Amino acid sequence: MISNFILAPILVHMLTAIVLMFFWKKIRAQKTISIIGNSIAFLVSLQLSISVWQNGNMTLQVGGWEAPFGITFVSDMLSATMVMLTALVSLCVGIYSTEAINTSRIRYGYFVIFHFLIMGLNGAFLTGDIFNLYVWFEVVIISSFVLLTLGGKKRQMEGAVKYVTMNMLASSIFLTAIGILYGITGSLNIADLPEHVAAVENRGLVTVTALLFFVGFGIKSAVFPMYFWLPSSYHTPPSAIGAVFGGLLTKMGVYSMLRIFTVVFTPDDFIQGVFVAIAVLTMISGALGVINKRNLRRILSYFIVCHIGYLIAGIGLYTELALVGVIFYLIHDVIIKSNLFMMSGIINKIRETQDIYRLGGFYKDYPKLSIVFAIILFSLAGIPPLSGFWPKIMLFQEAFAQGSYVLLGTLIFASFITLFIVARIWSEIFWKDLPKPNSEEIDHFCNFHKRGKIALVLPIVALAVVSLFIGFKASFIFEISERVAYELKNPQIYIDSVMNHLK
Amino acid sequence: MMKSSRNRKRKLDATILRTATNYLLPLLLMFSLFVLLRGHYLSGGGFVGGLIASIAFVLHSFAYNTKRTLRLFSIPPLMLIPIGLVISFVSSFLPVLLGESFLTGVWFADSVAVIGSVGTALFFDIGVYLVVIGVVLTILFTISETVQ
Repeated sequence: MISNFILAPILVHMLTAIVLMFFWKKIRAQKTISIIGNSIAFLVSLQLSISVWQNGNMTLQVGGWEAPFGITFVSDMLSATMVMLTALVSLCVGIYSTEAINTSRIRYGYFVIFHFLIMGLNGAFLTGDIFNLYVWFEVVIISSFVLLTLGGKKRQMEGAVKYVTMNMLASSIFLTAIGILYGITGSLNIADLPEHVAAVENRGLVTVTALLFFVGFGIKSAVFPMYFWLPSSYHTPPSAIGAVFGGLLTKMGVYSMLRIFTVVFTPDDFIQGVFVAIAVLTMISGALGVINKRNLRRILSYFIVCHIGYLIAGIGLYTELALVGVIFYLIHDVIIKSNLFMMSGIINKIRETQDIYRLGGFYKDYPKLSIVFAIILFSLAGIPPLSGFWPKIMLFQEAFAQGSYVLLGTLIFASFITLFIVARIWSEIFWKDLPKPNSEEIDHFCNFHKRGKIALVLPIVALAVVSLFIGFKASFIFEISERVAYELKNPQIYIDSVMNHLK
Repeated sequence: MMKSSRNRKRKLDATILRTATNYLLPLLLMFSLFVLLRGHYLSGGGFVGGLIASIAFVLHSFAYNTKRTLRLFSIPPLMLIPIGLVISFVSSFLPVLLGESFLTGVWFADSVAVIGSVGTALFFDIGVYLVVIGVVLTILFTISETVQ
């Protein structure tokens, strides 16, 4: 189906950002407009997903220029799922930000940049042109630079320097890869490329280009050996920003890998081997990094690295069932990681620290909140029947069936470490008594006004409910993942929808 | 003695610069509009035009001061960014209302004297022009205010 509607998730966020700029420094108006914009975007994304689910791929040739020449926008089920997840997370984090972000940050355009960031993410998920993908990456990166440094604390600057350097490096490698690909094929349209790539005689050059793409996307999704920038920068900005970054930004790299390595390049044994090896090393280094950390948000950052390994491993196995596992894990991971960062924000508001050894007594003081947090933490660990359980089982099964026992061992090792750390977080923060119950530590949360409390807690509860839904209605998510994996394994569907306007 | 001579010298420098600026500002602005309009087929366009226009205002702020340059604007330069974005957005959204795909060039049937045929591309470029002026001036004036 050809429709302008595919651009709606991008344009709604763009319009919201524009309107927000007219209300520069008016804090009340900024919050209201942002929530309205996010809600509209959510409905629009839902509509897009339903339409793609029912009618097949949606495409648009921007400006009326036909496929290999103009810029194409394509939404298959993978794009629609990512857009839907983005909309859900941005709505929740947007509401959460109205109270969690201090007024001086809002005054200097927090929400404007936030919406530009989400616009960039939606653009990256929907575009069907590889250079356009790069442009959306840049939109996202520049917005994220601003969000990282907004507030200008010394710690933030230190984190931002590492973040900026590594992401610039990744972008230039990505751009180089695009340059080489254009040089050897003469096309930039993702649906047009596979035909040209297959016709290239110099297969070595194709492999090199594929690996360059892998390196570029790999740095962005924080895989071994270029993952260290993530844990050293994600804990510096406010937790609301961490929630968007942790949930969505690294997944943009994974999405691009899924797209490029199914449609444009078909991984041979060598590339699959590289994927699996990198996945193993990523999981091990993430798991080892997480063990000795005390700062809650640093722990969460290492979890991100560790769990990216699962996704890469699934891509490396490259069977349909493994891809189902990847998509399922992706859906679970986006929700859970955003929620964990928002949770750490509330803990920080209540106790003014992120050090798990200085925290404690949470279950005694806030039993209801603790139960919500327990759902999030145990979904992360993958205790059946919560959401993390199903995709992990699929990946285990597939690793076993493919006979990659090293990978299987690492997957189990990483899951075990995750469980171990979750148990430690639970016992340190929630069960243990507060080590130094002194009165001068102020609880910033309890004297919040009622609306503020709702704005902080509601998004977390909502995402926790989504996690529960994923766990208990796993068959529904499984159905979506199966459809996505089927489309990924049969790239001709994607190509036909762009080149021949077939459904 | 030394100090006063330096002051006088600065004032003298400023006189030359100010006199020149009074003529250059309208000239540069007109040139920027010219560059903006020729941008459809020849080199130029909204981005370069916007930069030239901002240079005109920056020159004015060198000759006088930032406050005086800001008085030339009836709205703060920051507001030019959303206004420009709205113009660009509307011009790219217009074809959707006419049943074409987003960003398609739509043209008026009759061409205007001097400018030539007018279409959405021109309005898109005007939007870019305003955004560039807004961004450049906001950045530069913020920096110069913190320096002073």
